[in-house]
Amino acid sequence: MPDQLLYAIEAGLNGLMAGVLYSLVALGFVLIFKASGIFNYAQGVLALFAALTLVGFQNGQIPFAHLINAVFGTDLHEFGWHLPAIVAIVLTGAVMVGLAIIIERYVLKHLVNQAPIILFMATIGMAYFLEGLGDIMWGADIKKLDVGLPQGINETIDTVTFNALGYGFFIDNLDIVASVVAALLVISLTIFSQYSKQGRALRAVADDHQAALSVGISLRFIWVLVWSIAGFVALVAGIMWGSKSGVQFSLSLIALKALPVLMLGGFTSIPGAIVGGLIIGMGEKLFEFFVGPMIGGATENWFAYALALLFLVFRPQGLFGEKIIERV
Amino acid sequence: MFYREAGDFKTSYADDSQTFPIRFDRLRYYAVIAVAFGVIPFFINDYWANAVFVPFLIYAIAALGLNILTGYCGQVSLGTGGFMAVGAYAVYKLMTAFPEVSILIHVLLAGGITAVVGVLFGLPSLRIKGFYLAVATLAAQFFLVWLFNKVPWFYNYSASGQISAPERTVLGHAVTGASTTAPAKYLFCLIILFALAWLARNLTRGTVGRKWMAIRDMDIAAEIIGVNPLTTKLSAFAISSFYIGVAGALFFSVYLGAVEVGEAFGIQKSFLILFMIIIGGLGSIFGSFAGAAFLVLLPVLLKNILVGHLGWATDLAAHVELMIVGALIVIFLIAEPHGMAQLWRLAKEKLRLWPFPH
Amino acid sequence: MNQMNPDGYTTADGRKIGPVLMEMKNITLRFGGVKAITDISFDIREGEIRAIIGPNGAGKSSMLNVISGFYVPQEGEVWFKGHRRGPMRPYQVARLGIARTFQNIALFDGMSVLDNIMTGRLTLMKSGLFSQAMWWGRAEREETGHREKVEKIIDFLEIQSIRKTPVGRLPYGLKKRVELARALAAEPRLLLLDEPMAGMNVEEKEDMCRFILDVNDEFGTTIALIEHDMGVVMDLSDRVVVMDYGKKIGDGTPEEVRNNPDVINAYLGVSHD
Repeated sequence: MPDQLLYAIEAGLNGLMAGVLYSLVALGFVLIFKASGIFNYAQGVLALFAALTLVGFQNGQIPFAHLINAVFGTDLHEFGWHLPAIVAIVLTGAVMVGLAIIIERYVLKHLVNQAPIILFMATIGMAYFLEGLGDIMWGADIKKLDVGLPQGINETIDTVTFNALGYGFFIDNLDIVASVVAALLVISLTIFSQYSKQGRALRAVADDHQAALSVGISLRFIWVLVWSIAGFVALVAGIMWGSKSGVQFSLSLIALKALPVLMLGGFTSIPGAIVGGLIIGMGEKLFEFFVGPMIGGATENWFAYALALLFLVFRPQGLFGEKIIERV
Repeated sequence: MFYREAGDFKTSYADDSQTFPIRFDRLRYYAVIAVAFGVIPFFINDYWANAVFVPFLIYAIAALGLNILTGYCGQVSLGTGGFMAVGAYAVYKLMTAFPEVSILIHVLLAGGITAVVGVLFGLPSLRIKGFYLAVATLAAQFFLVWLFNKVPWFYNYSASGQISAPERTVLGHAVTGASTTAPAKYLFCLIILFALAWLARNLTRGTVGRKWMAIRDMDIAAEIIGVNPLTTKLSAFAISSFYIGVAGALFFSVYLGAVEVGEAFGIQKSFLILFMIIIGGLGSIFGSFAGAAFLVLLPVLLKNILVGHLGWATDLAAHVELMIVGALIVIFLIAEPHGMAQLWRLAKEKLRLWPFPH
Repeated sequence: MNQMNPDGYTTADGRKIGPVLMEMKNITLRFGGVKAITDISFDIREGEIRAIIGPNGAGKSSMLNVISGFYVPQEGEVWFKGHRRGPMRPYQVARLGIARTFQNIALFDGMSVLDNIMTGRLTLMKSGLFSQAMWWGRAEREETGHREKVEKIIDFLEIQSIRKTPVGRLPYGLKKRVELARALAAEPRLLLLDEPMAGMNVEEKEDMCRFILDVNDEFGTTIALIEHDMGVVMDLSDRVVVMDYGKKIGDGTPEEVRNNPDVINAYLGVSHD
C-alpha cells in the first residue's frame, strides 16, 4: 500500500477517536434537549467545571482560595491531602448533582414556556457564569489531570500494523479507553431510558410537557435528573479531554465542536450524536490531511461547521431528526 | 409632573407616527444631542475617549446592527465577530490601496462589503431556523477568522500577521493613526452613529420594519399575508451586516489602530454584542444604546472598584466580571426578556401618571 | 340552482352574484401516502359568501390552504380570475388579492394592533428601501396614505380604542377581530376565513356574523369560509360545499345541502350499509 494512503488511514482512525469524544459531549446536549427542549450551550463549560472540580478534589485545593486571599489577606492554597481518583470522581459527581439542583431551582424553573431561543441565550449566560465560578473556585492556571488512565501509543496496534503493512499506526491508548467508555455510556443510557421507570417518565416529558404533568410526572424531578445525567456525561468528557490535553479554558470549547455534530445528527437523536461525531471527527482530520496543506492548514476550526451547514441546507432536520411538517 | 401626553393632541397621522410623540421626550432628545455634539467634545480626554466613549459609540453601532437582525427580524446570529472582522479588513485593504480617497467613504464601503458577505452567510436562513441558524452562523465566525489569519493578502503580507491603520484625516483632522486627538475620534464615531441610528429608526418604523417583525413573530403567517421571506430575511442580513461592518471598520481603524483578528474579533466578541442587545432590549433602538453603554461601563467600573480600590489581582476581577455578566444575562432573560428598554418604557408609563396615579 | 348561468345568479335576499372568480378543478392533495383531499371540484363566484363544511378531519383546512397557496396539490388545477394559477409561493398568492385569517390566531404578537393591520397592506406598498431609510417624500406619503385606509377599517370593525395596544395583551375575541382587520386591509378580491367563530361566545359570534355580512355588503368582497356552527353557516352563506373524508359529498344552497341524504349521513352518522 502506498504510504500516502496509510497516513490517510491513520489520520482517519485518529479522527474517529476524536469523533468519539465529540459524540460524548454531543450526547449531553441531546439528553437535555430531548427532555426539556433546551439547547444547552453550557455543556462544554460543565465539562470544564467538572474537570476543574475533580482536579481540585484530587489535589486537596481549597475552593475559592484566590477570592478568600484577596478579601481577607490570607495565604491559603491547599488542605495538604491527596484524594484517590475514585473518591474524587464520586465527590465531583455529587457536586454535579448539586449544580443540577441549583440550575433547576434558580434558572430553569423561571424560564418554563419561554421560546427555545431565549432558553438558548440563557444557557450562554450560564456558561459565562460557570466559567467564572470555576476559575474563581479553583484558579485559572492549566492543570494536569491524571486519574490513572493508560496513555501513550498502543504498542500492540503499532506492532501488528507494522508487521502487516510495514507501517505502524499511532493510536493513543487514551483514545481507545475513551471509545470504550463512550460505548458503555451510550448502552447504559439507552437501557436506562428504555427500561427504567424514570427513563419512561423522561421520554414522556420529552414528548409533551403538559401531558406528562397531567399523569403525575414531576417535571422538576425529571429536569434535575436530566441535568445530573448531563453533568455526569460532562464529567466523563472532562476526564477524557482533561487527561489528554490538560484542564484549561479551551476545554470548554469542545462545546463548539459538538454543535456541528448535533446539526448533522439531529438534536433529538442519540444515534445521531454518535454517528455525527464520528463523521465530523473523521471528516475534519481527512480534510486537514488532504486539503489543509493546500490552503494553509488549521481547517479544523471551521470544517465541521461548513460540513454541517452544507448538510443542513439539504436536510434541515439533520441525519436522524424527525421530518419537520409546517402547519398553520 | 412635566411628563404628560394630555393636551398634546395630534392632528395628522404623520405627527402621530413620529419617533417621540410626547413633547417632553422630544425636548430631552434634543438636549442629549446638544450635549453629545456641543459639550462633550470640549471636555473629552484620552482616558475617557479610549475607555468609555469611543468603544461605546462603536459597540452601539454593532448592537444596532445585530438588533436589526436578531431583535427585529428574529434571526439569531453568533457571527458578529466575524462580520466585524470583514469590515476591519475591508477598510484596511481600501485604506492602503486607495490612500487618496476619504476615510469616511472607505468606512461606508467596508460596510457595503460586509453587507455582501452577510447576505452570503444569510442564505441558509431560508432553509434553517432558530438555533440551528444560530449555530450555522458560527460557521461564518470561524471561517472568516481563519480566512483572515491564513491568507496573507488580507494583511498585506505583514510579518506579524497584524493589520495597523495608517494616518487618515477628515477635514484636516487626523481620525486614524497615532496622532489622533480624543475629540476627533469621538466626533468621527459620533457622527456615524448618529446617522446610522436615525436610519435604523426610520427603517424599523416603516414597511421594512413591519416585514422584519412579521417574519420574527410568525414566519409562516407572514408569508401567507404577502411577505417574501427571501428578500425580507436577506435585507435584514444585508443591513445588519452593513452596520456591523462599519462598526468593525471603526473598531480597527479608529479605536484599536492595530488588530490581530483572532483576538479582536473572536467568538467572544459575537457573544458580547449579543449580550448587549439582550440586556439592552431586543427590538429596540434605545436598547442597543443602553446595552452597549452598560457592557462598556461595567468592566471599567468593576476594574476601578476591584483592582483600583480593593487591590485584587486583575485575573480575579476578570473572573468576577464573567460571573456577573453571565448572571445578569440569566436574570434579564428571566425577569425582563425585553431588557433595559422595557424597564425604561415601564418607568415612563408610570411617570406619565405620577404623582396622581388614580 | 342556476349554477349553469355563467354571468351569475340572484340570491334569495336579492343580492346579485357575479361570474366565477375562483375555480378548483379536480384537486387532489396527499401527505406522503395519506390523501387529505380527493378529486374535489367547485367554484367561488364574485360577491358570494361560500362556505366549506364537514366533520373534523374532512380536509376543510387543507382545502383552504390549497386556495391560499400554502399547500400545493399533487393533482388538479386552480383557476383565479379566469387564469390558471401556476405553482406559486404563498406570498405571491397574497399579491393576487387573496387574504385570509387563521384557525389558531396568527397575529404578530410583538407588534401593536395598528402595526398588525398595517402589515395587511404590505402587498400594496411600493416605496424602496432607501426612501424609507430617509423617511422622505414617497415613503412618508405612502405611510400616511395607508394609515388613512387602515383607520377606516379600524372604524369599521370598532377597534379604535385598542389601536396602540400590543396584540399579545388582547382577549381572544378581539384578536379574531384584529385578524379580520388585517386581512381586510389588503383589500382582497377573495377573503378566506378559517373558522372565524371558533371558541367565541354567542355575543361575539353575532358581532362576527354582522362584520362578515357587512364586509360582503359594503366592499363587495367575495368570502370563502370554514365553520363548524351549522346555524351560522346556514344563515350566512349563499352556497355550501360539504366535505367528508377528503371527498365532496354535497354542493348547493343551504337548503339543498340540508336535504342532501349524503350530508345527513355524514353528520348524523347513519350507518353506511
